[in-house]
Amino acid sequence: MRRIYLDHAATTPTHPEVVKAMLPYFADSFGNPSSIYSYGQEARGAMEEARIKVAELIGARSEEIIFTSGGTEADNFALKGVVDASEHKGNHIITTSIEHHAVLEVCRFLERRGFEITYLPVNEYGLVDPDDVRKAITDKTILITVMHASNEVGTIEPVEEIGKIAREADVYFHTDAVQTVGHIPVNVDKLGVDLLSISAHKLYGPKGVGALYVRKGTKLVPLMHGGEQEKRRRAGTENVPSIVGLGKAVELAGQEIDKEIEQLAGLRDRLIKGLMERIDHIRLNGHPNKRLPNNINVSVDFVEGESMILNLDLEGICASTGSACSSASLEPSHVLLALGLSPEEAHGSLRFTLGRENTEADVERVLEVLPGIVAKLRTMSPLLKTQK
Amino acid sequence: MPDVWSQYSKKVMDHFQNPRNVGEIENPDGIGHVGNPVCGDIMELYIKVEDGIIVDAKFKTFGCGAAIATSSMVTEIVKGKSIKEALKISNRAVAEALDGLPALKMHCSVLAEEALKSAIEDYLNKSKKQEDSSKSESAS
Repeated sequence: MRRIYLDHAATTPTHPEVVKAMLPYFADSFGNPSSIYSYGQEARGAMEEARIKVAELIGARSEEIIFTSGGTEADNFALKGVVDASEHKGNHIITTSIEHHAVLEVCRFLERRGFEITYLPVNEYGLVDPDDVRKAITDKTILITVMHASNEVGTIEPVEEIGKIAREADVYFHTDAVQTVGHIPVNVDKLGVDLLSISAHKLYGPKGVGALYVRKGTKLVPLMHGGEQEKRRRAGTENVPSIVGLGKAVELAGQEIDKEIEQLAGLRDRLIKGLMERIDHIRLNGHPNKRLPNNINVSVDFVEGESMILNLDLEGICASTGSACSSASLEPSHVLLALGLSPEEAHGSLRFTLGRENTEADVERVLEVLPGIVAKLRTMSPLLKTQK
Repeated sequence: MPDVWSQYSKKVMDHFQNPRNVGEIENPDGIGHVGNPVCGDIMELYIKVEDGIIVDAKFKTFGCGAAIATSSMVTEIVKGKSIKEALKISNRAVAEALDGLPALKMHCSVLAEEALKSAIEDYLNKSKKQEDSSKSESAS
């Protein structure tokens, strides 16, 4: 059976050229970048080239890029690094209720350490109101962290406006750009951010590597202590093959970004339209147009997400859901609840996230099989009857 | 069944794909309604009882694959059982009949057991009421 992968927000296939670029750095140019002989310097050279590529893609300087083990480490580093360096200034952090767990759980951890966290609400489309950010700032605020775009509903946040507010108030501003770098234009100066998190495997790079952009002059305490790597900001021998992979991935992303936006937005709109036409009692979650080009998130009434995902999987289609039944916590997606969805609506959510290899045929296949799956599950749903 | 990696056993997937006894029973002798929208699983279980034997059982379920499979399995197990026997059916028995469930999904089997118990309870309450009313009728 042909498999159709529609979960690119979870992870992307590593691009063959990325794999090819990485391979020499396992066994041939295997040196430690900290070693001064040629093996080491070869590895260092490749790593620094990757750093330049990452910096170029987001309009930064290469010395402002710190490689990490991925998006989660970048988020942890940004938040903990800033508060540890600014503790004397204040104890207040502003974030939103729809952040990725890599930000939210750090906030909860810091809350237990005595920090005060403001979790800003979002509107029905998942948008944060920059005015709410402005109003939340106090003389104790040391950090604002607002994601660039939602991994779940795809809503693109007004980060640029919030950046201006942060600048005026002289508060550090971090954005989790894991879902946007390489997919939509990202420029750190335009966004007005001091810190920005990147993950390689969301942009056709390898898993286990990412980066944190740190604007020059931003005070940050390291998360990892040890050797003097990354100018003493992140200890540990660098993951050279993966860093090279990240560099190649951002290089390719930079070349393909315009084409990708056009291709995916077209497929996205076609899928949304088709779903609305072919399934009743269905609605789009997230913003109708301030939306990632690859994100489709819908709630299907009377049916539960995991049972739809399983049925889709049997048809070779990989998608995801914000339903509790698919998570260890048994709680529905905090993002969908923050948008004001009822638990039933959150449980009935389906997310398709498109990628470069997807075609119109893939979209057609979903439109062909999903209505039947929904109809089958609705015949066994006790919710449908009560709504009649 | 395609041979794919799954968190579920083949039996769970079979009952999920081809659930037995889906639907409602007209004029059931007992209805069990358990679960809630917050946790994401809602089960309705209907039973038909003749001479103390559960002769038919049907279900409607809103929930994940495991919820659907456990509902299907519990209706299969319970058919032909006496009320007394049916009350002894545990969530473990349902899970075992499905060749096991992932640890995170064991609560679905608990829900299936509860749905059955609640349907039986409903039946017992109804029959008690009937007895009472027939008693009071004969008394008057």
